[in-house]
Amino acid sequence: MSEVKTVATRVGFGETLVEMGAERDDFIVMDADLAAATQTGKFKKAYPERFYDCGIAEQNMVSIAAGIAATGKKVIVSSFAMFAAGRAFEQVRNSVGYPHLNVIIGATHAGISVGEDGATHQCNEDIALMRTIPGMTVINPADDTEARMAVRAAFECDGPVYMRFGRLAVPVVFDETYKFEIGKGVELREGSDVTIIATGLMVKEALEAYDLLKAEGINARIVNMATIKPIDRDIIIKAAKETGAIVTAEEHSVIGGLGSAVSEVVCETVPVPVVKLGVYDQFGHSGPAAKLLDEFGLRAVNIVEKAKAAIALKNA
Amino acid sequence: MDANFKKQLEQIACKVRIGIIESVHAAKAGHPGGSLSIAEILTYLYFKEMNVDPENPKDPKRDRFVLSKGHAAPALYATLAERGYFSPDELLTLRQIGSRLQGHPDMKNIPGVDMSTGSLGQGISTAVGMALSSKHFGDNYNVYTILGDGEIEEGQVWEAAMFASNKKLSNLTAFIDLNNLQIDGTIDEVNSAKPVDKKFEAFGWHVITIDGHDYDAIESALAEAKTVDKPVAIIAETVKGKGVSYMENAVNWHGAAPNDELFEVAMTELNAALAAFN
Repeated sequence: MSEVKTVATRVGFGETLVEMGAERDDFIVMDADLAAATQTGKFKKAYPERFYDCGIAEQNMVSIAAGIAATGKKVIVSSFAMFAAGRAFEQVRNSVGYPHLNVIIGATHAGISVGEDGATHQCNEDIALMRTIPGMTVINPADDTEARMAVRAAFECDGPVYMRFGRLAVPVVFDETYKFEIGKGVELREGSDVTIIATGLMVKEALEAYDLLKAEGINARIVNMATIKPIDRDIIIKAAKETGAIVTAEEHSVIGGLGSAVSEVVCETVPVPVVKLGVYDQFGHSGPAAKLLDEFGLRAVNIVEKAKAAIALKNA
Repeated sequence: MDANFKKQLEQIACKVRIGIIESVHAAKAGHPGGSLSIAEILTYLYFKEMNVDPENPKDPKRDRFVLSKGHAAPALYATLAERGYFSPDELLTLRQIGSRLQGHPDMKNIPGVDMSTGSLGQGISTAVGMALSSKHFGDNYNVYTILGDGEIEEGQVWEAAMFASNKKLSNLTAFIDLNNLQIDGTIDEVNSAKPVDKKFEAFGWHVITIDGHDYDAIESALAEAKTVDKPVAIIAETVKGKGVSYMENAVNWHGAAPNDELFEVAMTELNAALAAFN
């Protein structure tokens, strides 16, 4: 097997902003003193006159962005997921969400894979928070390729967009022939025994789980669900009908994230077993990202266990 | 200021106050006290100061106004109606199901409302964003906002104040409606942000303190604001409930509607004030 390139999704976010800066000058980028980490620093370096650092004041930054958007201009704000979605939640809801303004929130360092910074910075709740806001689009790219495509798509979106990026370098899963569309899940592997719906860095784990399951004679369907909201109901309903069992896999709390979004659709349409893999109602802690993903059970082997559990429920 | 023009403004403010009382009475809910205190400021902004056109409320080059103290929506709606953005008859639909006139301002549906507000402290940040956009894209319009003296207890206000002065947003003017009352009592009893002038000065703003019911003072403050290379805070000393005798300086009229009997008292007073102009 050839060497797989690994790169953090936040890198594609920052570099795509720079590319778009060359193509158009009708948008502003803002950060809250984390530009080097979030990668908006690359845009700052390329277009310093179009970049505004708000300092360590995320609530103010989000409402300022709302004001800019209310004048008919595009604006991208960035911080860590913990602060963009968590600290500034009410500003996102009331300043941005309620008037349905064109603000793109590029939230980096999401999930447990933040690593050494520990629980205060490991945001496992942002998808849950953001998807409860009416009219909010929530995107969680799986790899570098998808992250770059998603940033471009967000520019064309009507209304606010929350984009979730990671700190950890993750394998590149897709090549340039990949087609990204907001609101569309993508079937990556065909299968009829169970469907694994994954998002973010769990997509790569799901593809590994496919191979592990196949070796045991289990044909799993693999779906990449980059857009958590609006969720692709059709691909979920089809999976429920055709495979009769679903596993969701996310680097996020099992409360309110992808697993909940999928369950909401399944419960009301084709009620089949849904087994959720994610962070189980607990805080993270410090450690190397890879070890944390092992410890919190966010690996292909864990998906395999859940897939078998889902199939057992289907056959019960 | 020309005496006749001042008289016109005073008449308009009186009609704005009537609109506030009629709409809050019809809604049986709302915030009359802090609406009545800003009638002169809003009247001056919409009838003299700002470059706005009710026939073209979305003109990208227009001046912007953000009611950061969004609960004073009845005052903004009454002013917009007087200015011709919509019929004054619509004021009686305030807070009703199906009405555009939400309890707090909704920019998506109400002509002339430049920003949805209501959650305190956020409006000034959005005004900062508008002022930044104006400068960044070379659109050269001015941005005005009104905050409450209770509202400035919100930490976000000071984040916004810091940013606005650091970015030299001289096209931003913030009125602070210093009426000394908030829901739970007087500002001093609850959690005073005084001295408000010194705080804004410390945050790098140019500060002017005026009588917020005096048109000459409002006019000269706004003229002075245009001469400085900083954001400007106009501390407007006002009377909460101004114009309705029993509401003046009375904390219980922050967020309560008058019953039918007290409504008649208020209307008798306001109509007498209006008649005095003729």
